[in-house]
Amino acid sequence: MSETTVISNNKVPGSLTQVGITMKYTLLDYIRSRRFYIMLTIAIVISAILTFVVGYYRPESFLATDLSFYSGWWGNIAIYVIVLSGIFFGGDAISGEFQNKTGYFGIPNPIRRSSIYIGKWLSALIASTVILVVFAAITVGNGLYYFPSVPSEFGLSLLFAWFYLIAVLGFTFFFSSLFKSSSMSILVTAILFLFAFNIIQLFVANFAQIEPWFMLSYGGQIIGNILTLPYPLHKVVTSFGPGGGAGPGIGGISLTTFNVQIPEGLAIIGIYFIVTAILGLVLFERKEFTG
Amino acid sequence: MPSIEASNLSKQYGSFTAVSNLNLKLEGAKCVGFLGPNGAGKTTALKMFTDLIRPSSGEALINGVNVRKQKKKALESVGTLIEMPEIYPALTPREALTMIAEIRGVPKAERKRRVEEAVSEVRMGEWIDKRVGKFSKGMKQRICVASAILSDPSIVLLDEPTTGLDPRGMSEVRDIIKSLKNKKRLIFMSSHLLSEVSDVCDEVAIIDHGKLIVYDTLSNVTAKVSGGENVVEIGLRNTVDVELVNKIAAKLPYIVKAKKSDVTAFRIEFSGGLDIQERILADLVKMKIGIVSYKPSSSALEGAYLSLVKSTL
Repeated sequence: MSETTVISNNKVPGSLTQVGITMKYTLLDYIRSRRFYIMLTIAIVISAILTFVVGYYRPESFLATDLSFYSGWWGNIAIYVIVLSGIFFGGDAISGEFQNKTGYFGIPNPIRRSSIYIGKWLSALIASTVILVVFAAITVGNGLYYFPSVPSEFGLSLLFAWFYLIAVLGFTFFFSSLFKSSSMSILVTAILFLFAFNIIQLFVANFAQIEPWFMLSYGGQIIGNILTLPYPLHKVVTSFGPGGGAGPGIGGISLTTFNVQIPEGLAIIGIYFIVTAILGLVLFERKEFTG
Repeated sequence: MPSIEASNLSKQYGSFTAVSNLNLKLEGAKCVGFLGPNGAGKTTALKMFTDLIRPSSGEALINGVNVRKQKKKALESVGTLIEMPEIYPALTPREALTMIAEIRGVPKAERKRRVEEAVSEVRMGEWIDKRVGKFSKGMKQRICVASAILSDPSIVLLDEPTTGLDPRGMSEVRDIIKSLKNKKRLIFMSSHLLSEVSDVCDEVAIIDHGKLIVYDTLSNVTAKVSGGENVVEIGLRNTVDVELVNKIAAKLPYIVKAKKSDVTAFRIEFSGGLDIQERILADLVKMKIGIVSYKPSSSALEGAYLSLVKSTL
């Protein structure tokens, strides 16, 4: 058996640097991918339809004030752009490492799994932010056509939207860590965000009359609420019935709407992000590349 | 001295034992073949050395460092190719390999050169700036081989490295492994191709049902099973003359049997280990019979393998 001297001047970088390396190359993969251009097209098509509808029909609800314009345009649609970005860039970000076997290329290297997870999360955040910024830019472009200035509330709404995006990506990455099948994780995440959360929120608030503080989508309502003056009341009860809406008389019904307040909304978004980020990381650390 | 050690290494999936109390220590510069039937636990064991799966019990150590506890340190000087990895499809080989080079801490000044050298070694130079998504399986496998050797590691773990490659690709990968041997690396390589193992490996470890059956030099493993005899295959420049073969068998005392095996090849069964194998070669060269190749017989390894694996069923 011969003695061996292998001279190598490699020096494995720190975990933070490796996060940056992973982020750089997965971002490159994201922004060259078909899904990035599909998402960008979706954002542009939505904007184009809105541009046409508002320009052609001149709806009063949009054009009454600058705030109503941003509320109708950005406040209603931004959440869907964020959720779609989360699904597109986060839905299979981790499950794909298993199903597509890209994990076999990166993981057997001197790098912590957490560095890969965080690097991929950051690149998904940057790619999604690009989409959100494009949508915001078109919104502002249209807004400036109708109104001379951009209301300060829009700046806050944009910031809240970005916070919401962070939490949505935390959540989608967590769900992606639960599955080994890309299509399954994308499907489940899409169903949850596009249907399940809204339905649960509706039922919990209107029929059980409980504030849905445990739903991320409820926290995300601050994006639209900030564009409403005055800021909506926390709890609004609307009654329908024989009394002609004056109150739930015999046979009448009442609907309860909860409007999340800013501190509460930020807390929901923050907690969702922290909890799902930790759970997602733990799951990815423990998951095995079998099969 | 580079080392890989499995210490009571086990992996359990419910009631199924994939690897059972594996104890194996490989040390120094050499190539060790890891053999066993499908499902024997070869890939599972290699995955435990690369953080792809966690051991149920025991330890996977690289250079004395526990992979599970100190992954970064354990894998800092290890190149790996486990299963058939996929590369992010929108990246080019240059980008994918630069990513690995950066992760592994290859100095910036050397990165470009090392990436280009590794890509050229796997004969993918003209594809270096094309996106991986358009590559065939074999082309991707070549890039993955390049990633395993890119950082000039002292230890290389390979799981069936020639899978998916065409015959030329297989031969080229074998040449790469041989060149790694010449550079004094420790190579641990699983394979189903016994001829490949015979060709490039110095030692073999055979595993079945998750248990290590044997770990020894190639010649000792074949000798153990064939009742102490080893087999070498000799290729000649010209047609083999049976009389010459008989004369050789009669002249060299340690030869048990010599037999023509092909138009230009004959086999020698002999008693003893590597020393005798070396002496036979020296004697044959002295006889000036036109030797063009001399290697341990893969069919001898096949015999040993079948005998050992069958005996555990």
